[in-house]
Amino acid sequence: MLTAIFAIGLYLAVLVLVVGTAFRLVHYVRIPVPLVIPTTPAPITRTGVVARLLREVVFFESLFKGSKWTWLFGWIFHFAMLMVLLEHLRYVSEPVWLWIVAIQWIGLYAGIAMCLGLVGLAVRRVLVDRIRYISAPSDHLMLLLLVGIGASGVGMKVFWHTDIVALKAFVIGLIRFDWQPLPGDPALLVHLSLVIVLMLIFPFSKLLHAPAVFFSPTRNMVDTPREHRHVSGWEETRTSHRKVASHEPKPRG
Amino acid sequence: MPVITEHLQVPRVQPDAMAETKPFVAKAEFQEALGFPGKLVDNWQSVALDKMSELLGKYRALPVFLDACVKCGACTDKCHYYLGTGDPKNMPVARQDLMRNVYRRYFTVAGRYFPKLVGAQDLTESVLEDWYRYYHQCSECRRCSVYCPFGIDTAEITMAGREILASVGLGQKYANEIIGKVHKIGNNLGLPEPALADTLTGLEEEVEEDIGVKVRFPLDEAGADVLLVTPSADFFAEPHVDGLIGYAKVFHQAGIRWTLSSYASEAANFGIFIGNYDQMQKVAERIRQAALDLGVRRIVIGECGHAWRVAYSYWNTLIGPFDFLDTDYPAPQHVCEMTYDLIQRGALTLDPSANDNKIVTFHDSCNVSRGSRMGSIPGGQFTLPREIIQAVCNHFVDMAPETTHEQTFCCGGGGGLLTDDLLELRVKGALPRVTALKQVVDNHGVTHMAAICAICKSQFSKVLPIYGFDMDMIVSVHQLVGDALVFDSAH
Ligand code: SF4
Ligand code: SF4
Repeated sequence: MLTAIFAIGLYLAVLVLVVGTAFRLVHYVRIPVPLVIPTTPAPITRTGVVARLLREVVFFESLFKGSKWTWLFGWIFHFAMLMVLLEHLRYVSEPVWLWIVAIQWIGLYAGIAMCLGLVGLAVRRVLVDRIRYISAPSDHLMLLLLVGIGASGVGMKVFWHTDIVALKAFVIGLIRFDWQPLPGDPALLVHLSLVIVLMLIFPFSKLLHAPAVFFSPTRNMVDTPREHRHVSGWEETRTSHRKVASHEPKPRG
Repeated sequence: MPVITEHLQVPRVQPDAMAETKPFVAKAEFQEALGFPGKLVDNWQSVALDKMSELLGKYRALPVFLDACVKCGACTDKCHYYLGTGDPKNMPVARQDLMRNVYRRYFTVAGRYFPKLVGAQDLTESVLEDWYRYYHQCSECRRCSVYCPFGIDTAEITMAGREILASVGLGQKYANEIIGKVHKIGNNLGLPEPALADTLTGLEEEVEEDIGVKVRFPLDEAGADVLLVTPSADFFAEPHVDGLIGYAKVFHQAGIRWTLSSYASEAANFGIFIGNYDQMQKVAERIRQAALDLGVRRIVIGECGHAWRVAYSYWNTLIGPFDFLDTDYPAPQHVCEMTYDLIQRGALTLDPSANDNKIVTFHDSCNVSRGSRMGSIPGGQFTLPREIIQAVCNHFVDMAPETTHEQTFCCGGGGGLLTDDLLELRVKGALPRVTALKQVVDNHGVTHMAAICAICKSQFSKVLPIYGFDMDMIVSVHQLVGDALVFDSAH
């Protein structure tokens, strides 16, 4: 029963995450960018733009200019999360790839770092009056959710060890559509439940910021409007977007 | 009245500090002239949402920006209007949220079903009023976009906001009246051809009296090489006109045949400010037409920030291609690019000691800095004007680096806010810039601040005295050039 609930939950969550996000991104791509609007100074070659985007994604270049504290906590959190995700690949690879074996020791420290980064962000969200002002309940809850995932994960490494051999069998079983029993440890169930929630809300929330950064015209456009004529792209697409323009507002409070 | 402190302070959040400030609404006749409804339409809510839906499908930046913000707060202390007023709705992300909350309510799953959770809001009358207020407390300067990890540009949101407002009947008086004048008369000031011709003759006499050389200010001369398009303030406002004299002297000494056009006697394009593509295109089209009619080979743009952004970034899309112009020159070309090239080629005789009575600093204009380029490498918009100044002045000092180049602060009057009904906002919004200016005045004895934007020049002439500086501190870059040019009296 437990196994079935989580198996179905995870299938569903992955489906929503992948399909939902793909839909959103396809939607973005189909909308024209009528004018050349990179924030200048901007690269004047495609390679330069790729480098700019890489610097944004790897180092959070703009955020570094904007706020050193937020950058520090945010970067630690994201980088540590990446490490944790890589470490988790041991559950889906069979036999486990060598380089994943080699980085297993990082997992615990990365998990702790991830939580610390998140707590830093959460504290700023509450204490800095400007950031408190712009935060909706969902912004606080999102951080709580991530802390919950991180803390339950770290907890399983330190206090409530779970049967990771059985867990791995469960995950591989999911991938091969040959279900194996899921260990019933409470910490693991909490961890997995929160991960399912995270994946489910991804395409409908600000978590979309992860792929969206690549679609931001101020960052991904080449600054050569005089050299290359950019066309608005409206003539071709206009008709296909008109259908959304017959919207009637309905009070739905 | 804000006070200049030694270093810029980030104010505490003061809700509704600027809730009383808003510009006059455009009268019916000016709204209708641009194809907008004359007054607030009865079914404004559905019209506004329809418009929003349309814009969401026409500008990719809009849904991406509205979706991507993580509320990190990096932009919250970057807007000069927040820094000057402390009104939280002037924080860039909060300005976006005015639209984002409505977007979430009507266009996203989360906001439709869990409005409270994600801060989604119905489009009520008070939200509409907030839009009108706070989308007219943004100068579309793009400073916030520099620091945002996703490059979210509040200016794009503001433009969409104004576009929606105009479409329900709430256009802004200042901007819409000006656009009307351009269509009717050819320039923002409503200066008709005879008056313009008179002004130019007057300038010719004045310059000849001054330096003993007959420098021409040609108007509508077919067959000239260069069409100069400059903000109409250059024709008579101070200190703008000294910049125009500077361009004329450069053309004269370089031996370039140039002309102004009475049909397109305006570089400014307020279409960008109201976020309306069609208006922007219509205003720009006049210039293409003038260039074709006069048969020129080049178009050069005078000192005007947003005009340069529109010309550099948008013209090729709006009114291009420019295959009828000489391909040896960039089309369009900024007057600073032209002067810089002439200096490089040694085509100008300059005596920088003519400006020895000045210690000069340079104010980077937002649209030039963050929405355009000059020369062939990124950042040329910063180096070219500075190299020109340093070629014509012996004493140059830069302001603090966090207030120059792409981090420059808006003068406080850009984006269609240069109107007296917003004077309080303009004064407060200038605080970050004048704070940086005061530092170089106190530490380096700076006497003048040069700029390459008509709006900056008008704004500073007005607000510098309020902060206790001399009104004449603000000068055109080409005034400095003009003063340093040495003319052989045999010319
Ligand atoms: S564009 Fe400029 S004025 Fe507008 S919110 Fe951003 S920083 Fe403020
Ligand atoms: S910097 Fe960008 S992501 Fe951060 S709060 Fe501002 S707009 Fe949102």
